[in-house]
Amino acid sequence: MIGRVAARLGGAVFVLWAVASITFFAVRLIPGDPAQAVLGGPGSQASPEALAMVRNEYGFDQPVLVQYLAQLGRLATGDLGRSYALNQDVGPLVLSQLGGTLLLAVLALALAWLLALALAAWSTRGGTVAARVGSGLETVAAALPHFWLATSLIVVFSIWLGVFPPVSTGGATGLVLPVLTLAIPLAGFLGQIMRESLLLALESPFVLSARSRGESERGVLWTHALRHASLPAISLSGWAFGSLISGAVVVETIFARPGLGRTLLNAVTLRDVPMVIGVVMIVAVVYILMTLLTDAATRLADPRLRLS
Amino acid sequence: MSMTEPAAALTVRNLRVGFRADPVVRGVSFEIARGECLAIVGESGSGKSVTARSLLGLAGANARVSADRLELAGRNVLGLTDRAWRARRGKDVGLVLQDALVSLDPLRPIGREIADSLRLHTTLGAAARARRVLELLDAVGLPDPARQVQKLSGQLSGGERQRALIAAAIALDPPLLIADEPTTALDVTVQAQILALLEQITRAGTAVLLISHDLAVVSRIADRVAVMHDGLLVETGSSRQVLGSPRREQTRRMVAAIPADKPRGTRLSLTLRAADAPSPPRVPIPSAVPPASTAVLEAIGLSRSFRRPDGSRHLAVDDVSFALQRGTTLGIVGESGSGKTTTARLLLALLAPERGEVRVFGEPWSAASEKTRRGLRPSVGAIYQDALGSFDPRWSVAEILTDALGLLQRRRAPLTTARLVTLLDEVGLAAAVLPRRPLELSGGQRQRVGIARALAARPEILICDEPVSSLDVSVQAQVLDLLDDLQRERGLSLIFISHDLGVVQHVSDEIAVMRAGCLVESGPAARVFAAPQHPYSMQLLAAVPRLSA
Repeated sequence: MIGRVAARLGGAVFVLWAVASITFFAVRLIPGDPAQAVLGGPGSQASPEALAMVRNEYGFDQPVLVQYLAQLGRLATGDLGRSYALNQDVGPLVLSQLGGTLLLAVLALALAWLLALALAAWSTRGGTVAARVGSGLETVAAALPHFWLATSLIVVFSIWLGVFPPVSTGGATGLVLPVLTLAIPLAGFLGQIMRESLLLALESPFVLSARSRGESERGVLWTHALRHASLPAISLSGWAFGSLISGAVVVETIFARPGLGRTLLNAVTLRDVPMVIGVVMIVAVVYILMTLLTDAATRLADPRLRLS
Repeated sequence: MSMTEPAAALTVRNLRVGFRADPVVRGVSFEIARGECLAIVGESGSGKSVTARSLLGLAGANARVSADRLELAGRNVLGLTDRAWRARRGKDVGLVLQDALVSLDPLRPIGREIADSLRLHTTLGAAARARRVLELLDAVGLPDPARQVQKLSGQLSGGERQRALIAAAIALDPPLLIADEPTTALDVTVQAQILALLEQITRAGTAVLLISHDLAVVSRIADRVAVMHDGLLVETGSSRQVLGSPRREQTRRMVAAIPADKPRGTRLSLTLRAADAPSPPRVPIPSAVPPASTAVLEAIGLSRSFRRPDGSRHLAVDDVSFALQRGTTLGIVGESGSGKTTTARLLLALLAPERGEVRVFGEPWSAASEKTRRGLRPSVGAIYQDALGSFDPRWSVAEILTDALGLLQRRRAPLTTARLVTLLDEVGLAAAVLPRRPLELSGGQRQRVGIARALAARPEILICDEPVSSLDVSVQAQVLDLLDDLQRERGLSLIFISHDLGVVQHVSDEIAVMRAGCLVESGPAARVFAAPQHPYSMQLLAAVPRLSA
């Protein structure tokens, strides 16, 4: 038990280090001068003296390796640094944006699960036509790109029907379209996996045994088959959550919703290195926690994993 | 028994089941009295399982079921609605399937599975259900029920979980219990215990319908036997009469296919022609023991262990020694977990021994480098239990065999095809199977292709790991005869690994009995069977299904 926890923690630290390092070097590939970013971005008319001063103060004149180690040292103490562009501490800034994105992702994941379960259960029980329709819907849904889906939803629900606002205004109605945009493709993907394992479970001898005891179709589904069907989807939910957060970059931009995704996009555009690293690190931490949660959920749903 | 209570637990008159245009069951009639055990015996595809499932209304959504009469416990069940069927299932009839590992929900504790019928059909509260579950587990002979109810089927041994499955089926004491191949996945000693349990249930007054492909298994407990062939019951009678003096061709073939107690070299598969003609000469293979120096394959003090998930070592093979003489068969017999398959892999040098060595033709084999071994590999062939799993499912038979001949790169089509046809001919297959893929073949055909593949490299030694375990008795008979013929024609030396002592007895010159990784007894087959020395060999021998009626 202690060994497993230690291995987990070690793995998490390794992931964080790798994320920090890759981001640090990747951001340097964006063309432009970081000192320029500090002094108001690419458009500003900073004097060469001011640029030199900033370079010296921020350590941009040091060798890359020194800058990298300094960055790691700061991260190790939990200091995410100051944003170049906003001249504020990155930590509180990022955390203030985290809530909105998490809410979006959690709602989208929950909705995707509901849609996938409903579709899988309906299409495996409704005969061959339902099976074809279900499988077709899943394939189409899984293939929809976020930007296209978001635009289409805005056209239908905001412009034609006028039911939901095209821009997130903070209220509950503003959440509907962004959540739908993220949930529909994921539902298609989860549904494909669930339907396959549900069909497998319904064909297995233990379901025949249950029927021979007088279990109803609904009982077969709820006491036996759905649990088997959800196992692979549970293990994939950690990954799915990560993909939702990356999907949030597009969705938050389209719906003009504050959140991590938009913060990240702005930071990259402005070459705001500490901000980019800050967002990425927070997302990595969320991802790690989500993976741990998924593991726990898998062990809860599959008692076989709890045996030694 | 009062006058109003019907004597028959089940009455079937002219039952017909079809899927779309295909009739699978073409009019069968039988009845079973309370306290009686009827066995329906037939090959796979004969319609026996479909018959059994129709009796529960579970033949499937596409099945068309009709009959003149179909009565469970004296009440008609023809044309019942789904809801009405559900009220009868579990209460008036229970079902026990093969292999409880997959027939009990692997995610639910066995106690919950057993309590299901009680939950569905009675008003018992949770505490009363729990008490009844413990009684049931006790009744089916599961030791320490209070501890076992919490376990998942995967945590129990094969015999224990089969008992749990039976407990679930008899929870409401239904007048009829249907057992569809209830012992097929089990070791012989466990099989004997489960059969004894079913017999005990019959004696207690339940009507038992036993479905099996193996006459010898059912002959132990069935009062009457019905032989099913191509959707019809071709012969019905008391076990003694059907097995002792079978009247029909299909029955005679099934009786002949039972390997136990048939001398080595006796043909097991009767072709239709051979049965009409006077008995073919049954020449036993000359058992002239060659000089001791002709051992082609030797195991010398082999040991091998594996790491368990918790880190401890499990000694799978422990100081095992034997020698295979040229042109003979060495049978290795043992139950699951006895180390048979590990031994096979050590002999094939697919696994390195931790101690001891394997020698082939007196030369180092396990101790040699893989590079040296590769030159000798063609002389050591292998046949596996799961023929289907041992093929690339996307390859045709032609590709599988061409690959085995080592000709895949050199595409000289006419020459290759001629060789493939010869090879198939040797294992009794027609050239028509060449373009087929493994999934399109029957179980027997697949195993023949597996044998053809093993023969392609002209081996002198053939290591057969449970080669007939997944086959019907009648197909098993054909494959055993084929191996016999090949040995005679080619002078092959065989290692024959099986859990089935009856099969091993039929094919072997020498026998080695394995238990928990150790060789507990070995010697000439005739001696081991006539006078087993080790208590474990005696126990195994007593459990062999034979025609005991």
